[in-house]
Amino acid sequence: MTDVHAETQDPHEIWELRLYVAGRTPKSIQAFENLKRICEEHLAGRYKIEVVDLLENPRLAKEDQIVAIPTLVRKLPDPIRRVIGDLSNVEKTLVGLQLRPAQGPP
Amino acid sequence: MADVTIDRPGIRKASTGIHGLDEITGGGLPQGRPTLLCGSAGCGKTLLAMEFLVRGATEFGEPGVFFAFEETADELTQNVKSLGFDLAELEAQNKLSLEHIRIERSEIEEAGEFDLDGLFIRLGLAIDTIGAKRVVLDTLETLFAAFTNQAILRSELRRLFRWLKDRGVTAVITAERGDGTLTRQGLEEYVSDCVILLDHRVSDQLSTRRLRVVKYRGTSHGTNEYPFIIDEAGFSVLPLSSIGLDHDVSTERISTGIPRLDAMLAGGIYRGTSVLVSGTAGTGKSSISAHMAAESCRRGERCLYFAFEESRAQILRNMRSIGLDLAPFIEQGLLTIVSARPTVFGLEMHLASMYRHIRDISPKLVIVDPISNFATVGNTVDAQAMLLRLIDLLKSRQTTAVLISLVHGGSATEATDQSISSLIDTWILLRDIELGGERNRGLHVLKSRGTAHSNQVREFLLTSKGVELRDVYVGPEGVLTGTMRTIQETRERAAAEARAREIARKRREVERKRDALEAQITALRSDFTSQESELEQLLAAEEAADRQIRDNRDDMARSRRADEAPLRTTTSPMPSSPRGEPT
Repeated sequence: MTDVHAETQDPHEIWELRLYVAGRTPKSIQAFENLKRICEEHLAGRYKIEVVDLLENPRLAKEDQIVAIPTLVRKLPDPIRRVIGDLSNVEKTLVGLQLRPAQGPP
Repeated sequence: MADVTIDRPGIRKASTGIHGLDEITGGGLPQGRPTLLCGSAGCGKTLLAMEFLVRGATEFGEPGVFFAFEETADELTQNVKSLGFDLAELEAQNKLSLEHIRIERSEIEEAGEFDLDGLFIRLGLAIDTIGAKRVVLDTLETLFAAFTNQAILRSELRRLFRWLKDRGVTAVITAERGDGTLTRQGLEEYVSDCVILLDHRVSDQLSTRRLRVVKYRGTSHGTNEYPFIIDEAGFSVLPLSSIGLDHDVSTERISTGIPRLDAMLAGGIYRGTSVLVSGTAGTGKSSISAHMAAESCRRGERCLYFAFEESRAQILRNMRSIGLDLAPFIEQGLLTIVSARPTVFGLEMHLASMYRHIRDISPKLVIVDPISNFATVGNTVDAQAMLLRLIDLLKSRQTTAVLISLVHGGSATEATDQSISSLIDTWILLRDIELGGERNRGLHVLKSRGTAHSNQVREFLLTSKGVELRDVYVGPEGVLTGTMRTIQETRERAAAEARAREIARKRREVERKRDALEAQITALRSDFTSQESELEQLLAAEEAADRQIRDNRDDMARSRRADEAPLRTTTSPMPSSPRGEPT
């Protein structure tokens, strides 16, 4: 797995990821753990994960147009990408984050 | 919550404030429960839902939350501005909250299990922020396009409806109509309290909007399809008025504005009755109705004129030509002319629109000019049903109705297209009388319930001073009108004069004869007098002679010493009267 950066050109770019959850539910814990594992594997050392609990900050749900929980948003690099669910499907998560092209499975 | 009516213990209703809908549902939507509003695209779901919220916020003190899945808040605000709803203002007053739920399928990747807590949180926040009592979700079905995992989605929707009930908000959920099902995604499965179906049907190129309450748990409701309209005043649903015959009746007569017509109707028409004015083209139907309108305005009573053939300006101009200026009445707000082509929409829509105008204006007199055009919009049965409803509505409001019917030359004048004569209380028939190379207008009252009306045909003239009724000439030569009548009248006048002269002449002759006779009598009398005197003289002479003879005889007797005759001794010594008889 050396050719994972299908679309990202700058290997030193910092990835800003935000995970929206609603309380500490099993699904949200699962999602966070899955995300962390994927990042470590593919973006080691150049990612930031921010977890937003909408129960504490409900206003952000409207501002960031969140409907489904959990929602992972790639804020950087552009463009914004969204992945929903507990990220248990790694393949789909990678495609969603554009860490892997959708049309060319390995 | 002042306007919540109790239908049955347990069912509380949230008034929609929408004309007609509250009547059909017996007070509104089930309070604290979700209602499903389904219908095909463009049938007015969003507007109905929005009006429900706006009325709730403005009229019933119930703030509302609108979650739009398809339109942005700005688009919505723009769209409903035409209905007179200022959403921005309501939002500023915290009476309304608009929120756009944007879900872009192409931006989202599903990777594992999820739920819709984000939506719940947003709804909860919006409800709590303004203390909303009403919620609209328009339309939830876009979620089905956004997410691939339908099993999760369905269970989340079930949870959503449960949650809405628990929050105690009165919710309206809109959904697209499906093929053979109420909604495309089977949302009716989740919302079981109240289901309202909107329909937008096109037949004969005319569209009609209809509303039906498919289901309303725990309450009785109208099950018919009710036509509705959406216009600048919002939604109006037209409940079928009861086709009962229990309206109040009035004995008050109102004038038609044409004195001789009033006289023909024995004092005018009864208030609150229906009048049909029928006739062929150009017989003056509109002119008569305009007179009635003007008279109503002069009494200070509002009049509503539905013109389906002419524009307002045209009516004003035409009526001015017969000396009737309606413009001041319009300025005073007494007369309202509503012009529309009959074909702009279907019968129900017309009825709904008329209903709304009648309700808004509360006129005392309603004129429909003409009703015959409705037959071109729908079929005759529909048109008749519609007129029945209209007349029924007007009667229940004690509003006098004047319906104008154009009869086509070919058909029998006394058969109206709509066969509505049985609904009509007074029927004024106008017709052409064609004679001697000209057409003239004749008017007669075919029927007038409860009135000893005239049975005569009158000639009907449109003069620069308005409508005038004249007697028609009915004589051995038939009914004469117009010039023929004038000629006949002249002829009659001449004949009458001749007769008068003849009488005078005869009278003079009698005089002369009497004079002659009297002269004759005088002559005869004088003749007789002279003869009489002659005879008297003769008689006197005779008597004198007679006396002389007797004297002589006595003398002779005395000289002969004859015995005195006893009879003679009584001889009167006095002279006799001239006629020899004592008087």
